[in-house]
Amino acid sequence: MEPLTWSGSFGAFLNPLMLAAVVAFVILFLTNVVMTFAGMRSGDFEVNADGTLVYQRTPMDMVLTGMKYAVLLFVLCCIGYIIGGLTLPTIEQKGILGAMAQRLLPVWIALVVTFALSITFKRRLGLYGKLFDSPIGMAGFGLVMFWIFAAIFSGVFPLVPTHGAIDLISQMRNELPGTPLPNPDDGEYPYYLLGGDNLGRDVFSRVFFGAADVLKITPVATLFAFMVGITLGLPAGYFGGKLDTILTFIANLALAFPVILLFFLLVTPEIVAAGVPQYMSMILFLFPILFFVVLFNSRFHTDPTRRNILVGAAIAIGGVLYLSLISNPSDPDLPLLFRLWPEPFDLFDIAGNLLIVFVSVVFVNSPTVFRIVRGITLDVKTRDYVAAAQTRGEGPWYIMLWEILPNARGPLIVDFCLRIGYTTILLGTLGFFGLGVSPESPDWGSTINEGRRLLTIYPHPALPPALALMSLVLGLNLLADGLREESLKD
Amino acid sequence: MGAFILRRTGVMILTALCLTFVVFFLTNLFPNLEKLAKTQGNARMTDAEVVSWLDRNGYGGPLIVRYGEWLGVVPGWTREDEATGEITGRCIDFGMDPADAPTRCGLLQGDLGFSTVSDDEVGNIIGGRLLLTLKLMGWAFGVMVPAALLVGVLAGMREGSRLDRSLSTFSIASTATPEYVSGVIFIVLLASSTAGLSPLLAEWGWIEGRTLFLGSARSAMEDGITFWNFALPVTTIALYGMGYIARMTRASMAEVMTAQYIRTARLKGVSFRNIVLKHALRNALIAPFTVIMLQFPWLLTGVVIVETLFNYNGFGWTMVQAASNNDIELLLACSIVAVFVVLVTQLISDIGYVFLNPRIRIA
Repeated sequence: MEPLTWSGSFGAFLNPLMLAAVVAFVILFLTNVVMTFAGMRSGDFEVNADGTLVYQRTPMDMVLTGMKYAVLLFVLCCIGYIIGGLTLPTIEQKGILGAMAQRLLPVWIALVVTFALSITFKRRLGLYGKLFDSPIGMAGFGLVMFWIFAAIFSGVFPLVPTHGAIDLISQMRNELPGTPLPNPDDGEYPYYLLGGDNLGRDVFSRVFFGAADVLKITPVATLFAFMVGITLGLPAGYFGGKLDTILTFIANLALAFPVILLFFLLVTPEIVAAGVPQYMSMILFLFPILFFVVLFNSRFHTDPTRRNILVGAAIAIGGVLYLSLISNPSDPDLPLLFRLWPEPFDLFDIAGNLLIVFVSVVFVNSPTVFRIVRGITLDVKTRDYVAAAQTRGEGPWYIMLWEILPNARGPLIVDFCLRIGYTTILLGTLGFFGLGVSPESPDWGSTINEGRRLLTIYPHPALPPALALMSLVLGLNLLADGLREESLKD
Repeated sequence: MGAFILRRTGVMILTALCLTFVVFFLTNLFPNLEKLAKTQGNARMTDAEVVSWLDRNGYGGPLIVRYGEWLGVVPGWTREDEATGEITGRCIDFGMDPADAPTRCGLLQGDLGFSTVSDDEVGNIIGGRLLLTLKLMGWAFGVMVPAALLVGVLAGMREGSRLDRSLSTFSIASTATPEYVSGVIFIVLLASSTAGLSPLLAEWGWIEGRTLFLGSARSAMEDGITFWNFALPVTTIALYGMGYIARMTRASMAEVMTAQYIRTARLKGVSFRNIVLKHALRNALIAPFTVIMLQFPWLLTGVVIVETLFNYNGFGWTMVQAASNNDIELLLACSIVAVFVVLVTQLISDIGYVFLNPRIRIA
């Protein structure tokens, strides 16, 4: 079989159009720059004597309009490729882009539904709805949701990937994008859409399995870092004094530790064998339970039955999860402490390096969250409603968790988005140094690491995960920017 | 001011002690020492032999004492071999008379120990490697800071304008591109002989070699730095840090531009160029100064990634090698340098901020 072309049969007239759009944009952009330096400005409104307004067009305006249409044409061409992929009958006619668009069909449907619903009801959805007023926020949200849906339709329902994450076909080693399989079985997808990596695995499928891997770890790790940061930052800011000095000193210690050195120290096999990450996870994972217990206790301590139920549930559920998480009775290499919890109650084991990666990422992120929460608390605790709660005789933890924290949510939500992006970058860094989840894991950092050895000869295995990581983090940053802008408008 | 600097320095020394102790503790955990004994001695040692080897080579005592020896505040260990009567010790080099050896040798005496993997004094290794990294960082800073300040000031001087929006999007995009992503993209686009621009340009005869830039900085170590071999690593480091500084500069500039004295200047009829250059710029650059200083520790991670990606055997590369080869003394020395860089830049940023901003000068 012939290898696939990039754009298929639609490409015959879409490619020249797209090229024209790009060339036009570049020329117009350069003209714009030259004109700006020449001192030309875009037109302005002029008021006539009879009170009407006239808009004076200058060449600058025409250039800008031209740029706008070039971008529009480019976007239309992209949509053209997607539609081509969905409508044309055979893979050969679809081309690589079309075939990828067709595999991503569930993602497009989910995206269109999300956007249609959100835009229809945006006035009733609070801050989330306001996001759809800012184009930047919308673009960011779109990118993030694309990857979330892609992760769901690869990790949970494997509809997007064409092959398995670790299925290898040795003849496909380092083959270029669009290469057909040598002798495909019935029902097997007959092409490697983005080529094969250095072991002969499908790059396209691995990128999307990688998305599932990355999005499984980063939001949870960020959430844990926030729990730790909030549980320590609130009292530090609220009580101040000695407690604040000590906690701030410890946070500064952790911040001064070079991230990369910490990763290397935590992930070396000898240190893992000594159980250091296990002990750290023992401490770090205690904070979420602590958080919920204090949260419920401070709110419902006047209503003992309800308090007892909620706190009891938090301790029971959290405790079982906590013990299952930190202990692994079947692993004989671990120190005895982590093998005490009986096997039947051990709900799940965290495989291989995952726990270590998780712990290092949480540990690196929590001091920064601590500093942010502490700063906000210092600011919010001078407000009148805090004074009112103090006069009412509320306990300090009630004030912290039910008065201060809800009022600090704006900046915290924005930082949460940014921090997921940063965590993704950190996870990629770990993978890049071969310290990732596991050697055959499809996560983006590890894939980039594998691809970089032959980068100058075979660039196609490393480039897709790099672009994927970049687009996800860009989406999160844009989303955070949009959220910040919209929340400032209140 | 003096008391402030003194207190900050005190906290800094305490932090440095804590951090080096943590690194010392982690690198001197028993499994690490066991591996060291097996690589240095015999791979098939029994547990008892490992313990006696460690004891003979000064890894036996309590951790805190060994940390003191390494720091140079506790006298180095000595031990007399009962059979031969030969005296060995931490501070006694091979072939040296035990009587001439100093009692203490550690960090304070400038003795960083011996790298077990490279078979050389740690001080010699670190010095050369640091110089290489300083060159890389120097160039990266030289590109990053002016570019970031320019982007930030241009974006912040007219908040909400088209220029502002496009430059802000550019800064966001640059903070979303970590070094290992931009490095890969740059190499594919500009330094690959099969993909990107280079084959095209070579076919047209616009470039002499096979690629536009070199995808490895190895030649920059021996043959000197050229634009051809150093442009990509420097751009890669500079790009990621740039976005953050540019955004901070933009925020600070935008705030200054709404200040009363700018409005006064504008009402007096000062030209926009003069307002920006003479009135706004100096005040807008106070906040970014702190951010720029605090970028140093971030750059460290970037340097490690870039040196690995571009095969440049500098400090970051050494640290990666030391960590993966269990080279304890070298890793400790690397962490000292890293911690020192972080703490000193924090101190400079604190003092500089107070010094530059007359409004918050602490008595």
